[in-house]
Amino acid sequence: MAFETYDTEIFYDELFEPDGRPRSSAAPLIQRLKAMSPEDLVRQQKAAESEFHQLGITFTVYGDKAGTEKIFPFDIIPRIVNHEEWARIEKGLSQRIQALNLFIDDVYHDQKILKDNLIPADMVRTSFGFKPECIGLKPPGGIWIHVTGTDLVRSSDGNYYVLEDNLRCPSGVSYVLENRSVLKRTLPQVFKNMSVRPVDDYPHRLLDTLCQTAPASAKGNPKVVVLTPGAYNSAYFEHAFLAQQMGVELVEGRDLVVLDGYVMARTTKGFERVDVIYRRVDDDFIDPLVFRKDSQLGVPGLMEVYRKGRLTLANAPGTGVADDKAIYTYVPAIIRYYLGEEPILPNVQTFVCWEPDQKKYVLENLGSLVVKAVNQSGGYGMLVGPHSTLEEQNKFAGLIQKNPRDYIAQPTLSLSRVPIIVDDHFEGRHVDLRPYILYGKKPYIIPGGLTRVALKKGSLVVNSSQGGGSKDTWVLDKPSHPPGRR
Amino acid sequence: MLSRLADSLFWLGRYVERAENVARFIGVNLNLMLDLPMEPAHQWRPLAVTTGDYAAFEKNYGDPTRDNVIQFLMYDVNNPNSVLSCLQKARENARTSREVISSEMWEHVNIFYHQVSGALNNPPHDDFLYHFCRQVRFNSHLFSGLSDDTMSHNEAWHFLRLGRLFERADKTARILDVKYFFLLPKVEDIGTPYDIILWTALLKSASASEMYRKKHSLIQPAKVAEFLMLDPDFPRSMRYCLVNAEKSLRAVANTPPGTYSNNAEKQLGLLRAELDYADVGDIIKNGLHEYLDNFEGKLNSVGDALFSVFLAFRPLPKEAEPVQIHKMETQQQ
Repeated sequence: MAFETYDTEIFYDELFEPDGRPRSSAAPLIQRLKAMSPEDLVRQQKAAESEFHQLGITFTVYGDKAGTEKIFPFDIIPRIVNHEEWARIEKGLSQRIQALNLFIDDVYHDQKILKDNLIPADMVRTSFGFKPECIGLKPPGGIWIHVTGTDLVRSSDGNYYVLEDNLRCPSGVSYVLENRSVLKRTLPQVFKNMSVRPVDDYPHRLLDTLCQTAPASAKGNPKVVVLTPGAYNSAYFEHAFLAQQMGVELVEGRDLVVLDGYVMARTTKGFERVDVIYRRVDDDFIDPLVFRKDSQLGVPGLMEVYRKGRLTLANAPGTGVADDKAIYTYVPAIIRYYLGEEPILPNVQTFVCWEPDQKKYVLENLGSLVVKAVNQSGGYGMLVGPHSTLEEQNKFAGLIQKNPRDYIAQPTLSLSRVPIIVDDHFEGRHVDLRPYILYGKKPYIIPGGLTRVALKKGSLVVNSSQGGGSKDTWVLDKPSHPPGRR
Repeated sequence: MLSRLADSLFWLGRYVERAENVARFIGVNLNLMLDLPMEPAHQWRPLAVTTGDYAAFEKNYGDPTRDNVIQFLMYDVNNPNSVLSCLQKARENARTSREVISSEMWEHVNIFYHQVSGALNNPPHDDFLYHFCRQVRFNSHLFSGLSDDTMSHNEAWHFLRLGRLFERADKTARILDVKYFFLLPKVEDIGTPYDIILWTALLKSASASEMYRKKHSLIQPAKVAEFLMLDPDFPRSMRYCLVNAEKSLRAVANTPPGTYSNNAEKQLGLLRAELDYADVGDIIKNGLHEYLDNFEGKLNSVGDALFSVFLAFRPLPKEAEPVQIHKMETQQQ
């Protein structure tokens, strides 16, 4: 299929130079794609989609009586990250995660950073993710954020920026693994020639991370489980997938009970002690005796066991404080404060409506900014200025005036693009990148991560709930060859 | 293993087996109708009776015509025992036990469900209906093959097999009960020209016709009943099912033969022994229907015992803090 008509326009394209030549790292891929007929490519695309359907990697469309199920849209053209770029991302994320872990620990203990006035103490105290119940907690191994998904974007200047950190229960890693396994069957030849770094060892590394941070009471032989809200949760597929891949049990709150000072699982042979819970249930629902009283998803008494150091929760409760999009603006300062280093990966310029002069600027420029609620994700609670109506802008102006603490704004970035297959030709679509970071003894970053793609033409919103899809992400192992040298 | 998972696996086994049986009943009847001079409507009624909810059928459909019964048994999502409902529930149970069963099994149940639910919007033309029923059966066989060959024969597998064998024993008992009653109000009443065909159809309803002939050659009602109830080797006879269900149950708790360590083992052992030492002449003399009815009742109590021994949340010891325990809901029998 030809790329002759493919136009990178004014955007940074991940596979092509501005003059239309393939980037050297992408050359073998483009060569192979050119050699395939449009029919073959479309057939491969369809085959990949039907494979997702058969594997049951589907969403139930709520409110539809027939229970229609849809796959998370997937495009078979991979996104490529070359060796050098990746080395820098890896370093930057590793730095960021260590600093954030120290920050969370400080917030729940001495609060040095607040006493030193680097972050307004009130901003932390009023954060939705700040849990006073967590003050004084000592997570085993000192690790709060075992699993993080950090969203990166590449702007038209070619640089990567951190858009946000997801430190609560980031999902999507199962798609990384499934996308890869599907694509290996779809484009095996290209794969063979490009030394793409494997991702299949992620479940093993996750289990390793969880075992490394097990409580002393596990005596070196921890029982690990995955806690899910249940089969009707939209990420249930991932919960089951990770449990299966790690070879551990997938439990629901009702399978667990606190007994004799430990968390126990109800089994056919009686009670069995649980040491590490990789929980995919939010803080608020995890223990009705401490957090939300009406929760049916948690385990009463669990936090008391945790407080006594007899249980590992991954991630630890209370990490949401660093998820706050207003506190995000302080991450560069956090890195300097705790590590004494310059941040490797920059933040996106952000206006915090908490600050009166910044609020004023935001209100005057709603038409060109992206406004986000500090505590929401998934593309909800968001205004994309250039794509919005005056009515929507007025609505957000009202929301900001009423509750400035809850809003931040960022310039509208022109995210980089990658080609996707549209009918019988290629078109560019905007993407972001969510690498997953594991933190046990030291940080480990999955090579690549989830490339989310805004499938709607011109759209900048990549979230699956807003019409986004995904692509496989290929991190190349060797320094890339100049074009024509293959 | 987790009690909740054991429950899911038990019902996964049951629902796949149930879907297969219902599809086989339909397939056999379709075939049978071609051999009968004209379609006697009463041949479709027993099918709706066998699956145990004739009242619901009558209320929603009225006459037991061929089309009504097929719709009710194959696609009706309001009928909890229709093939589609069974697969829906099988899939839900497979979904919640996905990390325990093999990926092959999950994918197969998923595809299996999509095939049948796809047929809901685009039902097979009459000529392909028989083929469709056959496909459902084969899919079920494939599932049991996959579970035998891709999954460790561990505790989870034993619960899956228990579900499958319980369901099979129950369905064999029911089809025999209902058909025997329809075919033969009195044991001595032999002799319509279609007698052989009708009895063969009953055997086919339990996939038993060929194996029966290898053993007994001639069709005799008492022998047919004996084969379906008491044959030690035929994998769908009630006795065979219970003998093997008992093996799985003992494997779960590691109980040596000849002893029992819980109420479920005790009840299942007693029921199996009844079949081991039963005589078909005695059974028919005392009433086949009564015997089968009694059997189904006891099988249900074994199921209840199984639930309370392994699957229900046991009360906590006294010293524990009072916590709210969610009662586990039993799935539809």
